[in-house]
Amino acid sequence: MRALSRSTLGGAALAAILLGAAGAGAAPDGVIRVGSKSFTESYILAEVAAQIIEQVGEARVERRVGLGGTGLTYRALESGAIDLYPEYTGTLALVLLKDASLATPEAIRERLRPGGLTVSASLGFVNTYALAVRADAAERLGLRTIGDLARHPELRAAFSSGFLEREDGWPGLRARYGLTLARVEVMEHALTYRAIASGQVDVMDVFSTDGQLERLKLLLLDDDRHFFPDYSAVLLARREMTERYPRTWARLREVLEGRLDAARMARLNAMADLDGRRVSEVAAVFLGRAVPAGTGRGREILAELGSLTMDHLVLVLVAVGVAIVLGIPMGIVAARHRRTGQLELSVIAMLQTVPALALLMFMIPLFGIGKGPALVALSLYALLPIARNTYAGLIAIDRTLLEIAGVLRLAPLRRLLRIELPLAAISIMAGIKTAAVTTVGTATLAAFIGGGGYGALIVRGLALDDTATILAGAAPAAAMALAFHALFELADRVLVPRGLR
Amino acid sequence: MIAVQEVTKRFGATPALDAVSLTVRSGTTHVLLGSSGSGKSTLLRLILGLIWPDAGSVRVDGTPVEPATRDGLLARMGYVVQDGGLYPHLTAFANVALAAEAQRWAPARIAARVGELADLAGLDGAMLRRYPRELSGGQRQRVGLMRALVLDPPILLLDEPLGALDPIVRAELQEQLAALFARLAKTVVLVTHDIREAARLGQAITLLTGGRVVQHGTFRDLAERPASPFVTQFLTAQTVEMPGSPPGARTGG
Repeated sequence: MRALSRSTLGGAALAAILLGAAGAGAAPDGVIRVGSKSFTESYILAEVAAQIIEQVGEARVERRVGLGGTGLTYRALESGAIDLYPEYTGTLALVLLKDASLATPEAIRERLRPGGLTVSASLGFVNTYALAVRADAAERLGLRTIGDLARHPELRAAFSSGFLEREDGWPGLRARYGLTLARVEVMEHALTYRAIASGQVDVMDVFSTDGQLERLKLLLLDDDRHFFPDYSAVLLARREMTERYPRTWARLREVLEGRLDAARMARLNAMADLDGRRVSEVAAVFLGRAVPAGTGRGREILAELGSLTMDHLVLVLVAVGVAIVLGIPMGIVAARHRRTGQLELSVIAMLQTVPALALLMFMIPLFGIGKGPALVALSLYALLPIARNTYAGLIAIDRTLLEIAGVLRLAPLRRLLRIELPLAAISIMAGIKTAAVTTVGTATLAAFIGGGGYGALIVRGLALDDTATILAGAAPAAAMALAFHALFELADRVLVPRGLR
Repeated sequence: MIAVQEVTKRFGATPALDAVSLTVRSGTTHVLLGSSGSGKSTLLRLILGLIWPDAGSVRVDGTPVEPATRDGLLARMGYVVQDGGLYPHLTAFANVALAAEAQRWAPARIAARVGELADLAGLDGAMLRRYPRELSGGQRQRVGLMRALVLDPPILLLDEPLGALDPIVRAELQEQLAALFARLAKTVVLVTHDIREAARLGQAITLLTGGRVVQHGTFRDLAERPASPFVTQFLTAQTVEMPGSPPGARTGG
């Protein structure tokens, strides 16, 4: 049992180290943290809000945009990791508060009050879920309403994961209209646009203010049984922030409430999605401000790349560093106590089977959002290859060599450092190399919880359906993985004893 | 003196040693002879305290080999295995120095001692900077011997020390070992399956088969007064020259 208690200690140490680094909790004075989900409209509204806050000048702005999903963003707000983000009344009522009777911003505001949150009035437009099909297919099959889909169970549907699971999404819709589509798949929204345009998918979920509808010649199916609730856009904020910065909150409401109709929002979305203009530019246009000259999305990305590279490097180095510090001792403990060791390794292996994104989500209630929780998750991920390779390297050592160490009367620590770890060095180094290279990839997911790094570009590129932006994040990540690989080839020459090579 | 009394050791159901007794007199070279599976290596490992007997006892100079006494007894023993058993990640010098380092000898003292042993083992000083895989089999074996001797223990235990060597090197090293053992006056227990080696090195020989002692005695005793037909069978299964034949003569092993 000693092995178990030691590894428990290790776990506690990990939590302590990373809690310190996480810095989750209430916003420091003088800063308003603006969040958004990772789709175009959310980015734009958040940026508009951020620019208004900057204009008022009561507080500085920190942008924590492109967070991965509704639940996550809402929890980030609850925990104080962000102060404000754009949300929709329907989502608030059905998904977050789970009460369909909350139809108006006022009713929702009352309900949110005890939890320390508040909402603005409607910003003016309704962005509801809708089902879209290609216009030519609609004509050919005679599709006009959602109910018409019941006659064509052979159609292939691809829905975003949120829509597929939410009660106000596919499950409820299917029940209401009695639909039996044979093939329903889950797909990232940005990819579904391409799939539907090329005819690989027939039906997808969209937002009614989507900037892409016109370009892709998509037709919205009529919701004649009024299944989809009212999704009025609102600003969702922490009351603490609205009370501390009353002028800012008043100004946000003054500029935004009732000022955005659906057509205007669709135009703003199209500016970003179709014209490839920067989100900050689109926001400036809406606010009637001078657009900073001479910069396009490409320049913006180039300017960001330096700091994103640093972000990414820090994520990888710290995560792998922590995993080395914890993983090697865990591997040693596992090799010393084989039976409890197997248990220990199974637990770490189980962590590995949790999808990376899910593991990141689990971190939110514990550590908030940002780099801290991303580091915890990445460290846990990097742990397995290092611990397992340390274990494998140690148990593979020739028994005679270990016996001789005993006969030569080497003390346990000397024996470990002078004999066992060097003999296992090739295996341990291979584990660290695997951990580092895969962490470079996994770290791109950190952006979903505001951890920064190359993933920020990938998330944004997906949201804006902009391949160039996705590649601007993916290509440097691949390059970094290759660089790490090369670096470790060199490190092998230094760290693996000459006699073993 | 090493006294083995009625020792039985089982691995699973099979007895590796069955009520084996023998005595190794101090300052002599005692060969444990037998084919593989005879239990000879198991006996050596029992003397080292690497494994424990199921019945019977092992005493080294009167002290029973037990977990509590093991460390103290190991201080008086050197252990050499086939092909040297060197650590591949350490140079020959570092391999030899290990036990002295563990006893916190000063570096200068270690260097002096290793130099002394290199002379004794007939190893060129330049070889000491090499890693084991950069050495020949014979050189590795010499380094293994040096490592066992570094703290100058009175007892030397060798498990098939020359088993991995080709016949020429093997014969040469046998001669050198014989001279060395005589000169150092160590108590030596040497495990081998090679009759020639037993004849050349062993002042006393214990022939084992299937975990039982077949015969104790000198080589001449075994050759001239075999305790059972097995002894003769074992001796004649390998081509043997009697002690005194010219060194370097090629024989089967």
